Amino acid sequence: MDTLIQFFQEQGSTLALKTWEHLYISLIAVLLGILVAVPVGILLTRINRAADTVIRIVSIIQTFPSLAILAFFIPILGVGKVPAIVALFFYSMLPILRNTYIGIKNTDKNLLEAGRGMGMTNTQLIFSVELPLAIPIIMAGIRVSTVYLIGWATLASFVGAGGLGDFIFDGLNLYQPELILAGAIPSTILALLADFILGKVEKKLTPTTKSTHYETA
Amino acid sequence: MLTFENVTKIYSGSKKAVNNLNLQIEKGEFICFIGPSGCGKTTSMKMVNRLIEPSEGRILIDGKDIMKQNRVQMRREIGYVIQQIGLFPHMTISENITLVPKLLQWSKEKRRERAVELIKLVNLPEEYLDRYPQELSGGQQQRIGVLRALASNPPLILMDEPFGALDPITRDGLQEEFKDLQKRLGKTIVFVTHDMDEAIKLADRIVIMKDGEIVQVDTPDEILRNPANEFVESFIGKERLIQTKPDVTTVGQIMNKIPATVHKEETLSTAIQRMKEKRVDSLLVIGDDQTLEGYIDVEDIEENRKKSTLVGEIYETELYKVKEDSLIRDTIQKMLRRHTKYVPVVDDQNKLKGIVTRATLADLVYDSIWGDEDDN
Repeated sequence: MDTLIQFFQEQGSTLALKTWEHLYISLIAVLLGILVAVPVGILLTRINRAADTVIRIVSIIQTFPSLAILAFFIPILGVGKVPAIVALFFYSMLPILRNTYIGIKNTDKNLLEAGRGMGMTNTQLIFSVELPLAIPIIMAGIRVSTVYLIGWATLASFVGAGGLGDFIFDGLNLYQPELILAGAIPSTILALLADFILGKVEKKLTPTTKSTHYETA
Repeated sequence: MLTFENVTKIYSGSKKAVNNLNLQIEKGEFICFIGPSGCGKTTSMKMVNRLIEPSEGRILIDGKDIMKQNRVQMRREIGYVIQQIGLFPHMTISENITLVPKLLQWSKEKRRERAVELIKLVNLPEEYLDRYPQELSGGQQQRIGVLRALASNPPLILMDEPFGALDPITRDGLQEEFKDLQKRLGKTIVFVTHDMDEAIKLADRIVIMKDGEIVQVDTPDEILRNPANEFVESFIGKERLIQTKPDVTTVGQIMNKIPATVHKEETLSTAIQRMKEKRVDSLLVIGDDQTLEGYIDVEDIEENRKKSTLVGEIYETELYKVKEDSLIRDTIQKMLRRHTKYVPVVDDQNKLKGIVTRATLADLVYDSIWGDEDDN
């Protein structure tokens, strides 16, 4: 207990800063991932032939060791937050892209035919039928991505991006297990918290299919 | 209203799904396309709203070539109902019904007004407007599917086996309801089905197709009487050809005009007395002016004789009835399907005119077997 108090006294402000950095790196990467992967995923459902190839390429990127990717961006983007965010962004793509593609693709064909037959445009179909119905699947992809990214963001410390990884690597270098825990525990809590909040967001965004005043037997 | 001119559809490859189709459909006509699967009936229908585009030939709506119009705009002016219903699960019934009006940018109030007006057409309660599709039964859902097609009041409605996925009794009811609605609203309907009974019942003219070509176009009666060739004959089925005779007779011609009835103000003992006199186990309950209210049977009386005294307190109102001008064939089918012993016959004001019982059917069968001999 004493060591804990002592740790907070010595490192409290650093911890807050590192946690903030960590969150910031991961969230920017996920946001970029959403901004790119969701539209691309929707686009892929419209050009079927390309879909398989694109998803395969993104899957392959996913298998690259994360350290290698981080290192790879150093000559191009230098060190600091930018290369870390870019690398993490690449990782966030796959789950979101794949889930968006599958979610949209799985829309009941009859709904599309009914919609099209009644004179809905392609855009109207996407925004008022396909996207709302695919929300749970797309959100699942975003949640998986976010949780992974918060974990992987510890590696960002390698390219000088800061974050909770700094504690972990300092701990490894100085043989101080408490420093490792000081990095690992907040990062885990962040991941759980993010997942919880995104779960709430998912509930909020998922369209209702039941009226509240009426219970089905 | 709707014209097909030498319309051909060739899918990738060389097979002609529809081959040189020529057809003129008048305003207010109910046209059924029928044929075995792969005969091109659905393709023909979907070419009208360009879900499938014709390879050759022209389709004209009110003299205007559909290929020269904006596809999306044109579809909003044509009602469309599919077999799988296709209601959007995340929209309320009201939102589903008024989808096309919304696309046409009607105001919110006007849309709601229209939804209320429409749901009354199919006798569903107004509260249903705020429910979601999954909270309705299949039959109710398809009623909404039909309303959705009617929402912006399009003159032409395309229907792709709309009642195909429903159970026979629900289907029966909906067919009747819909035919009624169509007559009232004067819509032109292009209806695809593979069910000959349905086509005979609903259509003003039936288009029989095979291998992408029209085999025969005629009224149901004409097709039953003079099938164009063996294919049509086999498609109609021998059974129906034999039944053609009763087809043209209406219920009014054969019903028993003096059914056993009891007024709802009369007592239970009068009712049981009358059953005994007439040797029947149930009586039709009538109100003033001969209006049909329901029925009462001997079990109802037995169960309630200690508690109630008047017929009006215990009679049952759930009753299947037909109009005088219903076809005998339909009525027979329904009696058999529902296992009812009798069907009361009423006029447009719901006044009791007579009754068709299983005994009436026996007379009919007797006539059709020995009737000709009697004439000699």
